[in-house]
This record gives sequence, structure tokens and C-alpha cells, in this order.
Amino acid sequence: MTDAAAGRRPAAHGPLPMLVGLAGVLVLLIAAEAVIRLDWVSRFIVPPPSEVIGSLYRITAEEHIGRRFLLTGAECLTAGIMITVVGVAVGVLLQRVSLLRQACETWVAAWAAAPIVLAYPLFMVIFGRNAITIIMIGFVAALPPVILKTIEGMAGTRKVLVDVGKSFNLTSAQQFWKILFPAALPTIFIGVRLGLIFALINIVGVEFLINYGGLGQLIEDLAERYDLGGTYAAICFVILVSVLFFMALERIERWLRPVG
Amino acid sequence: MATTGRLIPTAAPAPLIAPVALLRLAIILALPALWEVLARSGWLYQDVVPSLLRIGAALVELLSHPNYYYNLAVTVGEIGVALAIGGLSGLVVGIVLGANRFLARAFEPYLYYLGPTPKIIFFPVMIMWFGVDSPSKIALGTLSCFFPVALSVAAGMRAIDTVLIRVGKSFRASTLQMATKIYLPAMRHPIVNGVRLGLGVALVGTLLAETKLSNKGIGFLIINAYSTFDMPRMYANLIVLFVLAIGANALVGKLGGLDSIKQR
Repeated sequence: MTDAAAGRRPAAHGPLPMLVGLAGVLVLLIAAEAVIRLDWVSRFIVPPPSEVIGSLYRITAEEHIGRRFLLTGAECLTAGIMITVVGVAVGVLLQRVSLLRQACETWVAAWAAAPIVLAYPLFMVIFGRNAITIIMIGFVAALPPVILKTIEGMAGTRKVLVDVGKSFNLTSAQQFWKILFPAALPTIFIGVRLGLIFALINIVGVEFLINYGGLGQLIEDLAERYDLGGTYAAICFVILVSVLFFMALERIERWLRPVG
Repeated sequence: MATTGRLIPTAAPAPLIAPVALLRLAIILALPALWEVLARSGWLYQDVVPSLLRIGAALVELLSHPNYYYNLAVTVGEIGVALAIGGLSGLVVGIVLGANRFLARAFEPYLYYLGPTPKIIFFPVMIMWFGVDSPSKIALGTLSCFFPVALSVAAGMRAIDTVLIRVGKSFRASTLQMATKIYLPAMRHPIVNGVRLGLGVALVGTLLAETKLSNKGIGFLIINAYSTFDMPRMYANLIVLFVLAIGANALVGKLGGLDSIKQR
């Protein structure tokens, strides 16, 4: 947008929209508190926001939320390392072997669209009801974006860079490590970021579904105890963790993106 | 001295089957063969990796049973209602945010960051609000579907060529005419993409909810097969489900003309 255009609509910039957004959320919370306290909505279905905030402190102290957070984090990290290593390796293989790429790329895209998490009972039969099942579902569901983005990144390397490599008589391995891989890194990271988001969603979801592990299990536990305030607080905590996780990944991606 | 005639370039005969098709065929044949070898080798529990014949028999039995179609209808109905409610509300919110930059900057970050959170964690809340029957599954599907549709439509709205909007205004088009003649046709691609994404996540949300707490639907059939350790039936259910899910995704793209848009 030009400066003149920006000047015509100054309200859309600066901190005002953010403040309006925050005010909107605050008004929503106050309205919820009011209708619940006035008994227009039963507090046995929706606890007042003030109770949820109180419960947030309680579950932090009583439900070992730090340990659970670390457990979910470790599962995500393991799945993240696995998708990065396997996904990049498979992506490079598919990019280097054209025939294999032509044969399999559409299958990888279809795999990305497949609802893998629905096969969680199958994973439980194979791996048991434990952290390996959770990690493996995260891994299998999150692998396709890393493969696809690795292929895209390698294929999108500017021809001039490849030609420079050739003019220096680089070997195939040198060409890969000095030219292709560094040039593809920002795109590969987009794939890793998407993969990590898929992994987190699936891992927390499966923890909830099989009632095992960290944060997902906490929600299931509290819901089964009919601890309404605690359930809502745990959901808020998971949302907060997810949002911070996505923001951190975005920052890293921006840092990796080439300037200009 | 032997004389050589002029070389006449001849086109190499085209292979009967293209190498790519051949490789695909080889992979398609190799995977079931590998599975069968594993199933018969005794290296893995036969109950966990049953023979393809047993899976095939379970598939035939599943598809020939009227009860399966009842459960399929329940799931399809739930997903359909979730897609309708979530898709329409996402469309409206997307149009509002896409048309108003101030509102977009105020509220879109919340949608953007809430969108990728795992929606299944809201299921206990949905049960409390809507009960244990179909409405709670529909609500979870709706919640899952809303975010991708709203974000895709908002982004699509902002990407409309300003020339088109100016043309509409220069013809003094009414708001309804602008919406039906300019905005919606120009946003066809992002709307179809949003619906595709929405369908995928609504399907996952609804079915996961069915596996968690239900007595009908495809999700229930899967978890029921797991609970009774009837592995061939579980594999059969998963195969049909994956085929239907990928097929529905492709169908939405085709009906929305996504392929023709991409080719342009």
C-alpha cells in the first residue's frame, strides 16, 4: 500500500486495532462472567472466567503441569527430529531420482491429505498404549509437508547458483552441500514448521484420545473428574502453549528467510 | 571398404508402458506382496498383521452389511451439517475480515493462532454443551471447519484484483451485485481451497469425536473393532474411510473447478 493510501486510513495501522482486539476479548470475558453469575447460563456447564483463571494457578501447582508440558514437549521434539531427518532425506532422494519423484510425489501429496490420526487404534495395536504410539502418529502425520517442501526447495534453486557451482567444477556432493541445500534451507524450514504444527496437533490430540502422556491427558483426566474449572483452564493452557509454539516457529522462519 | 549409407533418424519406439507407470505398478504390487510375506512369516503377530485375504473378506463383509451404510450415513450427515454451519459462518467472518482492514488487524491474529490448535481438546466442553449424541460431534466438526474457511476467504478477499472492484463500482453495481458478480467469482479459488481444508478437518474432528464417545458412526465402528481386537475389520474400516476421505477431497476440488483454475 502506498504512503498516501496508508495516510487515508491511519486507523488500520498502529496499535489501535490490536487494542480494539484485546478490548473485544475482554468484553467477551466480562459478558460471559456476567451471564454465568446471573444464572442465565449454568455454571455447571460453563464456569465463570474468574474461576478458570483461579483454576489455572491450581492445576499448575497440583497437576504437575510443568512435568506434563516437558513430556509433551519431548514427544514433539522427538517427532520433530524424526520428520526433519527422514523427511529431508526422502525429499532429497525424490528430487535426485526424477523417475521416483514422478511416480511418488502425488502419493506423498495424497498422504498429506489423508486423516492419519484416525488410524490411532492401529498404532496402539502395533506399539501399545505408550509414548511411542504418540510419537509415531505425530511422525507419520507430519512427514509429508517436510518431504514436499524439500523437493520444492531443491527444485527451486536458482539456475545461476547451480551454474556457478558447475563453473567451479564442484563434485556432486559439494554441489549439494555448498549450493543446493543452503539455497533450499528456507523452504525446507517452512516444511519443518508445518510438520511441527501437524505433529503438535496430533500429539496433543492422541494424548487426549488414549488418555496417556502430558497435556492432552491432563484435559481428559480433569474432564473425567468433572473438574470444570480445571478442564477449561487446561484447555486454555494448551492453547497458550500452541500459540507460543507457532509464534516461535514463525520467528525462526523469518530469521532464516533470505533478505529481499 | 564398406560404404555406409546416410543415417536416417528414426524415432525410438515408445515403450508399451511409460517408466513412471511401470514403477508405480511395481510399488503397488510390491507393497501388498511385502505385507503378505510379513503376515505369513510369523515374524509379527498374525492378529496384528493379518493376511490380505482376511482383510479382503472383512472388507466384503463390511460393505455387504446394511448396518455399515447406516453408520456411514450418520457420519456423512454429521460432517455435512458441520461443513454447512462451519463453512457458512467461516465464509461470513472471512468476508467481513477481508473487507475491513481494521477489523482484520484487530481480530484475525486470534483466528490465525487459534486455527492450528488441536480441536479435539474441546470435546469435553462440547459434550457438556451439546450432550453425548450427534450434536457434540457436529459442534466439534463445525469448530474445526470454521477456521480454515474463514482465514482462506479473508485472504482471498484481500487478493481480489482492485481493477475488478473499480469496474464494478464504475458500473454502479449494488452491494448484492458486487458480491455476486465480483467478489464471489473472484474468490472461487480460495473458497474452494478453504472448503477443501474445512472438509478435511471437519472429517477428522467428527470421526475422532466418534471414536472417543459414541455408539454410531464410522468412528465408533473403528474403535469397536479395536476394542474387540477384530483387526481385519479394523483394517477394512480404515481402508474404506481413507478412500472416502481422499475421494471427497478430490471431488470438492473437481466440483469447485480447482484443477482448471490451477492450469490457467
